[in-house]
Amino acid sequence: MSQLSRFAIIGLLAALPVTAAEAPRLSSEQLAKAVRNDAISIPTPGELFAALGKPGKPNWSGQFRGPIPTSYKNRPQIALNLGGLIADGFIAVEAQDGQQVKNIGSDIIKMAKALGVSENILGRGNSINDFAENNEWDALQEELEATQNEVKSSMQSHQDQDLVILVSLGGWIRGTEVVSAAVLQNFNEESAKVLRQPALVNFIHAKVKDISPDMQNDPLVKTVSDELGAIEKLVSFPPGKAVTIEDVRKVHQAVEQVMAEIQKKSDTK
Amino acid sequence: MRFDRLTIFCLALISLGNVGAETDREVQAHKVVLDLAGAFSNEGFKMRDGHWTGSLKPNENALVAVNLYAGNQYWFSVGAVEPAKKIDVAVYDETGRRVTTDDFNEGDKAAAGFSPTSSGQYYVLVSLVDGGESTFCLVYSYK
Repeated sequence: MSQLSRFAIIGLLAALPVTAAEAPRLSSEQLAKAVRNDAISIPTPGELFAALGKPGKPNWSGQFRGPIPTSYKNRPQIALNLGGLIADGFIAVEAQDGQQVKNIGSDIIKMAKALGVSENILGRGNSINDFAENNEWDALQEELEATQNEVKSSMQSHQDQDLVILVSLGGWIRGTEVVSAAVLQNFNEESAKVLRQPALVNFIHAKVKDISPDMQNDPLVKTVSDELGAIEKLVSFPPGKAVTIEDVRKVHQAVEQVMAEIQKKSDTK
Repeated sequence: MRFDRLTIFCLALISLGNVGAETDREVQAHKVVLDLAGAFSNEGFKMRDGHWTGSLKPNENALVAVNLYAGNQYWFSVGAVEPAKKIDVAVYDETGRRVTTDDFNEGDKAAAGFSPTSSGQYYVLVSLVDGGESTFCLVYSYK
């Protein structure tokens, strides 16, 4: 550890809370102008799962799904499923199931290959396998996020920017499907709080509506985009309001339906 | 073996490409903040791979929206490069009200930590309190 890091820890131990009560509020105009970007404004599935694990450890293995096809022909569908698979990787890490992590890692590489980015992430695939062999769960979490970022970076450099938000969207939908299912299985208000994310869904939806007209006319993208509007309302619980089991059920049904559409195999282009 | 060498070469090219996308000062600011955020990793916090860089003039602010989950603990760390002398970071809720944070400041590095009781959107404000125009980098960690 560097001298600076040691100093930082000492400083943190001595840290005192800042009084926020008298600090001036930010105006709605300032809030509206805030930067929003994919890299920092969209949380990873790992963050969502970490929050869910606090009130009591969910049965993560019970949230595994069967293998999904890796031979989709439609690029937006591949991107959405790639995001979903990365979320599956985070679930397998939470379940501490090395074999499942390796299987998912292999599927991620196949899908990335179909999008023309596999050469870039071959090394990541090898690292995922190595970390899974050695039960290095924290390292695996970091590797999964790094893999996702590398795929997105590769998409951007190949003029495939429109696919980037679809990867994030696929991950968010799959993550929310799993979390809402876990909350339903063992309902408590504390766990249900993690589902409140209106601004996040609004941001993703706005980005989807901003992609090229060609891709927006893709039937799957159109369906998912339409559904997002409804999902945004379902996750817009007022702050402080207790989330009911019925609220969670509605969210789960909506995201489960979208996820089914995303992973449905069709032979269209 | 040839395949391995090719893979390493490709990865090296990607790394160079990523670094090349950022300016030297952004890379430098990223290094500064990683050193600070590394301390939180030692406390069990996981650092996000994503980061946000920008430039600030004296007494200017920069604001970024983040989406957080109730139940997690977060630390937002910021690092800046010379001629920044003092940088600050603060967190606001979705209504624009400043939230109470644990605070760390050490010249060109600062961090703010808190545990949201409500999931949703928050805002992180980075301010250059003292010094000349500078580049900063923000990362966050959670557990």
